[in-house]
Amino acid sequence: MVKVAVVQFPGSNCDLDALEILQKTVKVPTDLVWHKDLKEDQYDAYVLPGGFSYGDYLRAGAIAATSPSLETIREATVAGKPVLGICNGFQILVEAGILLGAVLRNAGLRFVCKWTRLRVESTRTPFTNLAKKGQTLRIPIAHNEGRYYLDNDQLAELERNKQIVLRYVNETNIPTKDSNPNGSLDNIAGICNKEGNVMGLMPHPERASLPILSLNNQPDGRLIFDSMIRSFENTVEGENR
Amino acid sequence: MTRSVIEEPQSWTLVEVQKPNLTDEEIRYAVKKLQREPNEVEWAMLEAQWSEHCSYKSSKPLLKRLPSKGPRVLVGPGFDAGVIYIGDGWVVTLHIESHNHPSAIDPYGGAATGVGGVVRDILSLGTRPIALLDPLRFGSMDSLHTRWLFDNVVRGIADYGNCIGVPTVGGEVEFDTFFERNCLVDVVCVGLGRKDKLVLGEARDPGDLVYLVGGRTGRDGIRGASFASKTLAEKSDTERSAVQVPDPFTKKLVIEAILEAVDAKIIQGMKDLGGGGLTCGLSEIAAKAGTGIEIDLNRVQTREPNMQPAEIMISESQERMVLLVREENERKLVNILNKWEIGYAKIGHVTRDSLLIIRRGNEVVAKAPAKFVAEAPPVPRSAKRPEYLDALAEVPEPAMPEDLAQTLIELLSSPNIASKEWIYRQYDHEVGIRTIVKPGQADSAILRLPNKRSLALTTGGNSKQCYVDSYWGTVGVVSEAFCNLVAVGAEPVAAVDHLQFGNPGNPEVYWTFKEAIRAIANYLNAVGVPCVGGKVSFYNEDSMNRRAIKPSPVIAAIGLVESKTPKVLQALSREGDDLIVVGNTSDEMGGSEYYEHIHKLVGGRVPRVNLKKEKTLLRALLRTLRRGDVESLHDISKGGLAVALAEMSVQGHKGVTVDIDTVPNKTSRMDNLLFSESRSRFFLETKPKNSASIVNSFKRLGIPSAKVGTVTDNGIEFLSKRQVIITIPLDEASRAWSEAIPRAMEATP
Repeated sequence: MVKVAVVQFPGSNCDLDALEILQKTVKVPTDLVWHKDLKEDQYDAYVLPGGFSYGDYLRAGAIAATSPSLETIREATVAGKPVLGICNGFQILVEAGILLGAVLRNAGLRFVCKWTRLRVESTRTPFTNLAKKGQTLRIPIAHNEGRYYLDNDQLAELERNKQIVLRYVNETNIPTKDSNPNGSLDNIAGICNKEGNVMGLMPHPERASLPILSLNNQPDGRLIFDSMIRSFENTVEGENR
Repeated sequence: MTRSVIEEPQSWTLVEVQKPNLTDEEIRYAVKKLQREPNEVEWAMLEAQWSEHCSYKSSKPLLKRLPSKGPRVLVGPGFDAGVIYIGDGWVVTLHIESHNHPSAIDPYGGAATGVGGVVRDILSLGTRPIALLDPLRFGSMDSLHTRWLFDNVVRGIADYGNCIGVPTVGGEVEFDTFFERNCLVDVVCVGLGRKDKLVLGEARDPGDLVYLVGGRTGRDGIRGASFASKTLAEKSDTERSAVQVPDPFTKKLVIEAILEAVDAKIIQGMKDLGGGGLTCGLSEIAAKAGTGIEIDLNRVQTREPNMQPAEIMISESQERMVLLVREENERKLVNILNKWEIGYAKIGHVTRDSLLIIRRGNEVVAKAPAKFVAEAPPVPRSAKRPEYLDALAEVPEPAMPEDLAQTLIELLSSPNIASKEWIYRQYDHEVGIRTIVKPGQADSAILRLPNKRSLALTTGGNSKQCYVDSYWGTVGVVSEAFCNLVAVGAEPVAAVDHLQFGNPGNPEVYWTFKEAIRAIANYLNAVGVPCVGGKVSFYNEDSMNRRAIKPSPVIAAIGLVESKTPKVLQALSREGDDLIVVGNTSDEMGGSEYYEHIHKLVGGRVPRVNLKKEKTLLRALLRTLRRGDVESLHDISKGGLAVALAEMSVQGHKGVTVDIDTVPNKTSRMDNLLFSESRSRFFLETKPKNSASIVNSFKRLGIPSAKVGTVTDNGIEFLSKRQVIITIPLDEASRAWSEAIPRAMEATP
């Protein structure tokens, strides 16, 4: 039976939210694992939740990235297991060097909490395999440091390897300056590693996984978690054959 | 590793040996009760604990007049927060605090620690903080100083609340020159927990160990309570050491560690350390249970060397809690605290002898009955009706504006009315995955609860009206909060109040304070809802001109939404729907935004509330909402019905056409009809087939109601005698309402 871990760091604050959605809505067996207790790669997938790990002191995600638990995560990554970093979790993955680039202070220099429109750019990840390419998802953001950045060469590499997974777009599904809430390079909201099994995104899918909490009652965030379940099924089928 | 210790000269001590900042009567009372002259440490403790801030010495007898009992009330006033039973073993806790003086000196740190303080209150009951609301009051937006305060207060609240993962889901803001140098920063916190795991601030069992948990004790916040209990003098900038330093990361760890210990049922009693520090926390927790506490100051972890006993006893350093634990559970507690890597020290134990004994090693540095320390002698205050009220009652009627459309645009862009999106964008209002109705969407926020119900939360305040008439102004404030709750389909269950006034030694100020309490008591009795706690903040005066702030009672109220009640927002939803108005509009222009913003006119008749009808009205509206026939709804408050309609219109991107002559009213002028802030009124949108039955359901109860217009695909249009008297394109109204605050704040250097 598959089992997912939500990794809890000191200062994580969306850990219980992700746990609740995985356990009660997506209905996948999930443990909340204190980062110091994550010594072995014994789960089938990992979620690094949002929050302010270590108070965002130094840089968002910088201190958590040095937690020994990240070595376990790195092993899982290499083993091809699905790893999802949400908001602060994305920042941690970037600081740990598991994902490319950097996440800088928002262009407006203020914390921004709002619902965004995201265009799915790649369906090859275990978190977007249920989406159609170009599909729009409505999921909220809430962060102070969400401005994704990297240099031109690396951007070209991301593009070439199809590592850009989500972009902020407007009502007509086009990435524009107005629809970019934090000044992210190329309106990038989420990326994956070269292999595609690790995804980091600034928006919070767990906040858009219940109709009652979502805009127009559409729980678009669930697609991210449901895709993960689907990827397990594929893996299990593959192994059986 | 060697550590260098900085030897500090004795003169650095912040608590100087001097005559205590107490009245002569209080000094005599202390000497008489103790039968000796208190020593330096004891004087410092009494000064902190007997400050207005900690002791409520000027307000306690009056506060007892507020109704505080009800079938759902498990814990009422007198504890860190009120506790309401919401069914299925769940409780909600509710409290309000302010951090006015600190925020006036250091807006960022003051506001942040204000959040921290009220969150601790909720935590002390063993409940998880799940929402914050922030009622704020500043001077005029035109002032650079105001914009600096406003910007940093919002940042302070945002940075603290966001980091600890508690969503800020509501609040209100008022701008008025009376708050120029004494802004009001209030924070409401709501908690959620299990009834069988509630913890009280009582040291019931002698022998229990006293743990001080969380941040270290430093010299910040020294005399904070005393600082808050006098007026802001010009030299207040030098009192920055009285403002505490925020550390939301430590607070987050404290929250999680304590909730883990609560869950393990190993906490016997708990108290947060806020104003008055250890003195307040220890004396109150012991006095409540009639026990005593003995501690050793050498065990307290201090942030700097050479802290004097008096300083440790009154330091208001943040992120600290006092926990009582049985000896047999000590190991479990320590394991939890170690896991979360937060500081702790076993500083003493609960005793039988009702004494507060403070030792430093073997030396006793203070010793007094806990109850004596905890309970200051009440201060009788005299009250006198302010003379300025007569002048305010008799103001000349202003000239009728030539262009009513222009007047409406100006009102929409008044900072008191304009969209507050600039503020709530900076607050994480979604964390916790509970926020069903989000900021700006309706008159109250709604949170998902673990049982089938949901929780509506709102705040109300209106200093302009309370200044012109503190009784009816305050009645209106409470009415506003309750109308907000009912407007989202919630049944009001409890309220807390925050009473913010000038110097209580001024009989005119004290009179307005008494009137506000009378108003709250009368309203709550009329609707049958208890007040489960609150806060009093006196000495709010402008430091330059010694002028008291406008009386500022603020109400926070919560209500329960049953599972089958549909979610109704304030944005208009469908063209062709009917618009219904409920409630009567009168010539009640006193303190209105129309008088004050458009005509610069302060005074007039403040809106009144029919207390005999209020409960019937709220019930009737709730029934209508539960039936599911309402498409959108908004209460009519600031700016009157023209503004309420424009807000619904702009948010729904739909036009309206209203025949103003059909609105039930007793007004003498068109501008009064459009902009009066008469209380207990609502706009409802409904499908045409339901109009007649909704209107009749109110009329049957003697509540004025009428169909007054329709939703269109046009702009905002008011007709009178078949003539268009106002017509505004939607995007113009939208710009006026949406851009006012961001535009002003972008200009901030």
